[in-house]
Amino acid sequence: MSVLVIAEHDGKQLKTGVANAITAAGRMGGDITVLVAGHQCREAAEASAKVAGVMKVLHSDAPHYEGQPAENLGALVKGIADQYTHIVAPATNFGKNVMPRIAGLLDVQQISDISSVESPDTFVRPIYAGNVLATVQSADKIKVVTVRATGFDAAGDGGSAPVEKLPPGPDLGLVQFNGQELSKSERPELAAARIVVSGGRGMGSAENFKILEALADKLGAAVGASRAAVDSGFVPNDYQVGQTGKIVAPELYIAVGISGAIQHLAGMKDSKVIVAINKDPEAPIFSVANYWLVEDLFKAVPELTAKL
Amino acid sequence: MKVLVTVKRVIDPYVKVRVKSDGTGVETANVKMTMNPFCEIAVEQAVRMKEAGTVTEIVAVSIGVAQCQETLRTAMAMGADRGILVETAEEIQPLAVAKLVKAIVDKEQPKLVIMGKQAIDDDSNQAGQMLAALLGWPQAAFTSKIEVRGDAADVTREIDGGLEKLSVKLPAVVTTDLRLNEPRYVTLPNIMKAKKKPLETLKPDALGVDIAPRLKTLKVQEPPKRGAGVKVADVAELVAKLKNEAKVI
Repeated sequence: MSVLVIAEHDGKQLKTGVANAITAAGRMGGDITVLVAGHQCREAAEASAKVAGVMKVLHSDAPHYEGQPAENLGALVKGIADQYTHIVAPATNFGKNVMPRIAGLLDVQQISDISSVESPDTFVRPIYAGNVLATVQSADKIKVVTVRATGFDAAGDGGSAPVEKLPPGPDLGLVQFNGQELSKSERPELAAARIVVSGGRGMGSAENFKILEALADKLGAAVGASRAAVDSGFVPNDYQVGQTGKIVAPELYIAVGISGAIQHLAGMKDSKVIVAINKDPEAPIFSVANYWLVEDLFKAVPELTAKL
Repeated sequence: MKVLVTVKRVIDPYVKVRVKSDGTGVETANVKMTMNPFCEIAVEQAVRMKEAGTVTEIVAVSIGVAQCQETLRTAMAMGADRGILVETAEEIQPLAVAKLVKAIVDKEQPKLVIMGKQAIDDDSNQAGQMLAALLGWPQAAFTSKIEVRGDAADVTREIDGGLEKLSVKLPAVVTTDLRLNEPRYVTLPNIMKAKKKPLETLKPDALGVDIAPRLKTLKVQEPPKRGAGVKVADVAELVAKLKNEAKVI
């Protein structure tokens, strides 16, 4: 076995999820090589070399890897794929964008969003918004896999792998990268936070999210949201927790004014402790909550913030 | 400009899904089916572009059992001009979807393919990106805005940290995210008109595609259930429980 992990990074550091994918890669057996492809990303390559379990880092640097575009990364990986039995990435937006293109180029059927590794060719993955777990076995020569980060612990430090230069692949010239608009926050990242405070339609407005932010600040928590809150424009899209948004599994998830649609539960029902605050006594979210409070959130949340 | 959209027939997203007692799969008999929500967004986008004059013809494609014709008729009621059903009762995994759609793209030569980003049954989120790979076309996945500008399209994509802006050369594959548009309801007059629009049925063999699944499903099961929780009377009790019982704060 030989696993290639495709790293998502910002040039300096690995993004959340890569360390979890490295742990998953370890379960597949064999040596782990991490590919850090980007523009001016030597620092990220060196950071990868320090992750426990990594045998080697490949660093491929070129202007046409700015923004880590799927087309150019796909062509690069295709060129080196036959040395590996597994190609792995976290099931983040990046992994979901790039990996299927790699699978298509290699003519293999990708296995998306695995929550566990049963053997080098057998994986468990959630389907139907996480209401069903499917155990699937791959017959392909190279397994292309994306990893649900909440299913695996993050690999720690302690590695000291060599960093090798990998000559860049071609620039297919198909796409022009015009920049990103990223949410700026001092708070922990939603997908990695120990505590998440999340708001739904019941918040009523973008302004009202300040109540949740105050609670989040007291707890050192990240702020998330349901699809309804994002669609209504209360918060940006990257706050969305759910089947088609982020999958989180923090120690504590506090759902405020969230009814608990199947699609939202898909994104948070593996949280260790779930608290729900909603004035509707029939809110479906209560069925997954460890503790629930039937009360107007505009009274309960400020009171909770004050009592902490 | 011709646009091709794909539409998948899936179990309705609000239905509580049940696993068959033998663990071989999910129960679909007598279960309400509908067009995949992300595919609705794809059709809606194509129709808006036609209404704006950017698109001249919309071809809707579905793959699956004969009842997928209903899904195609819904697409046509929304505004697609004609439908193509690749009829098969076999399990079609995303790689096979991409190959079948590629075969149709090779015949139809659209300048844009719009697909839903993921099907809410399998949750794979692969077919669009795989199709782009097979065609050697650019991909704009999880798109929340698209503007065609001659031989290129300016797109905004939803990414983990916020938004990303790209310009992709046409022809291209676009997959839809939630905020791209809000699909229209189909009106009765349009449903009646759709019955008369052309719907062609093909078999996978006719397209020369090997659709054999690469993944074998060994078993399906429901995840472990969470233990029952408790209702707390007030904030004070909640704080006490979180500190002393759950010990998370």
